[in-house]
Amino acid sequence: MFTFVLKRVLEAIPTLLILITVSFFLMHSAPGSPFSSERTLPPEVLANINAKYHLDEPVINQYFYYLGGLLQGDLGPSFRYKDFTINELIAQSFPVSAEIGIWSFIVALLIGVGCGVIAALRQNSWIDYSVMGFANLGIVLPNFVLAPLCILFFSIYNHWLPPGGWNGGAWPYLVMPVIAMSTSYIAQIARITRGSMIETMHSNFIRTAKAKGLPKHRIILQHALRPAMLPVISYLGPAFVGIVTGSVIVDVYFGTGGIGQHFINGALNRDYSMVMGVTILVGTLTILFNAIVDVLYAVIDPKIRY
Amino acid sequence: MITNKDKVQAVEQFAQQVVEVEGRSLWQDARRRFFSNHAAVVSLIVLALITSIALLGPFLSQWHYEDIDWEALSDISVLGRPNIENGHYFGTDTLGRDIFVRTMQGGQISLLVGVLGSFVAIVIGTLYGATSGYLGGRVDSVMMRFLEILNSFPFMFFVIILMTLFGRQIFLIFVAIGAISWLDMARIVRGQTLSLKNKEYIEAAYACGVSTPKIILRHIVPNVLGIVVVYATLLVPNMILLESFISFLGLGVQEPMTSWGALISEGAQNMEIAIWQLAWPLGFLVVTLFCFNFLGDGLRDALDPKDR
Repeated sequence: MFTFVLKRVLEAIPTLLILITVSFFLMHSAPGSPFSSERTLPPEVLANINAKYHLDEPVINQYFYYLGGLLQGDLGPSFRYKDFTINELIAQSFPVSAEIGIWSFIVALLIGVGCGVIAALRQNSWIDYSVMGFANLGIVLPNFVLAPLCILFFSIYNHWLPPGGWNGGAWPYLVMPVIAMSTSYIAQIARITRGSMIETMHSNFIRTAKAKGLPKHRIILQHALRPAMLPVISYLGPAFVGIVTGSVIVDVYFGTGGIGQHFINGALNRDYSMVMGVTILVGTLTILFNAIVDVLYAVIDPKIRY
Repeated sequence: MITNKDKVQAVEQFAQQVVEVEGRSLWQDARRRFFSNHAAVVSLIVLALITSIALLGPFLSQWHYEDIDWEALSDISVLGRPNIENGHYFGTDTLGRDIFVRTMQGGQISLLVGVLGSFVAIVIGTLYGATSGYLGGRVDSVMMRFLEILNSFPFMFFVIILMTLFGRQIFLIFVAIGAISWLDMARIVRGQTLSLKNKEYIEAAYACGVSTPKIILRHIVPNVLGIVVVYATLLVPNMILLESFISFLGLGVQEPMTSWGALISEGAQNMEIAIWQLAWPLGFLVVTLFCFNFLGDGLRDALDPKDR
């Protein structure tokens, strides 16, 4: 197991390097520069600024400067928010995204698996149809629609919750972002769980367990749930990353100040180091969670050996 | 003897019956299963209706999608309401433009973008997956490794970089998005190909000296089409959603053209004054996505040999 984990970590390094290289050159090949704004700067000032950020040198030199900084854990200064480094900006906004993300993830997992199991156990009954109808609705209602509808319902019509802001993550500020974020994942997880649960309940070892006369809750919890979770787990890796990066909409609507907002603004304003920083962060997270999923797989499925 | 003769007769009769029973191909079988799935058939009909109304709708209205109704503009919350008499069947937006025509025009863009993006993704994904699976060995592992690397790229990053590279030419953008969302498709097709490549007819083709590209195109690809069709149907709603998301961020189609996502984003800003501005495009989007999902599920039940 240990060598397997080590191997996964070592494999991640070239992947990350390619990711950094490709996104660096793509970003720099986009037209415009971080300092081309409507109010043009005097040429001498622009030249000075460009020299400070090495923007007057060839792109390949900039790439090696960037890699050098990265090796020391320095993501560089922000071109947009003067006096801030990317490290500071990410340290500020990532905890917000992570908190929304983790709560959404927990909610999505609990409700999704619960709904999926119930639907599978009562297959083709009205419970099944209503749960799956809800799940389909969650897939087709995008979160940029859910977010304004939430505000309309909770804040404007009923005054139950504040319409936006963060306030250090107090729970009234968390409810709507979590709803907007988790709904589509609840739906996906419920669908996957239902499918694999139905398949598991038809397998031989469940029949054996029933024949032994085990009570129903023990059959479900101890025998069926574990193998039925395998497809769900392989969905969780990409889902978690999707939740963290999907905070764009939530940030825009609820003004939570998460990482998504920085990313969009960075790309639009050619804030090279900001986009690179977020990309590296998300890429690392993706690789990390894919590795965790692989390890979890090995823990849950006794058939897999490394 | 008599019994023997009876038997011969019975066998002949049976043989005649057997001749009368026609063999069913995979596609006939699938068609039968598909048409017995009511949700999928209804979805197909609704989708056909939505497509035709999106294409014909602009000719049914006296307004053009760029036109501003100055009269309604004076008081949107009253005069802009949905009204049959003044030709604004769905009402107007806060700029006095007709929502009906704009929804139809937006529908054309959204559907076209969904189909175009999926088509690109399917062509690349199928060819890549089939090649990788058929060639196997070192080529396969290199190709799959490449896929894994692409898969760990943050997807939104690409979309936004492409937007900045291509400007706002929506079709180019979607060709590009299609070109990076073929990863799942390639993996599925590769899996299918691995099980196909040891079949006798592939071996026969190889023995006859058919070249490798031709084996892939003529013998592998047609046999994985079933599963490709299923995933294509599930890909289209994703593309439509993605386009909506990009339009929502203000990076999508250029005004005065519009798409469902752009309409929803405008509607969401004005939902307190003019809820119909949000409701109509949202309704069309949700119904379309619903139908594509049901259609995809129906096709999967009909075509996926695993679920029989």
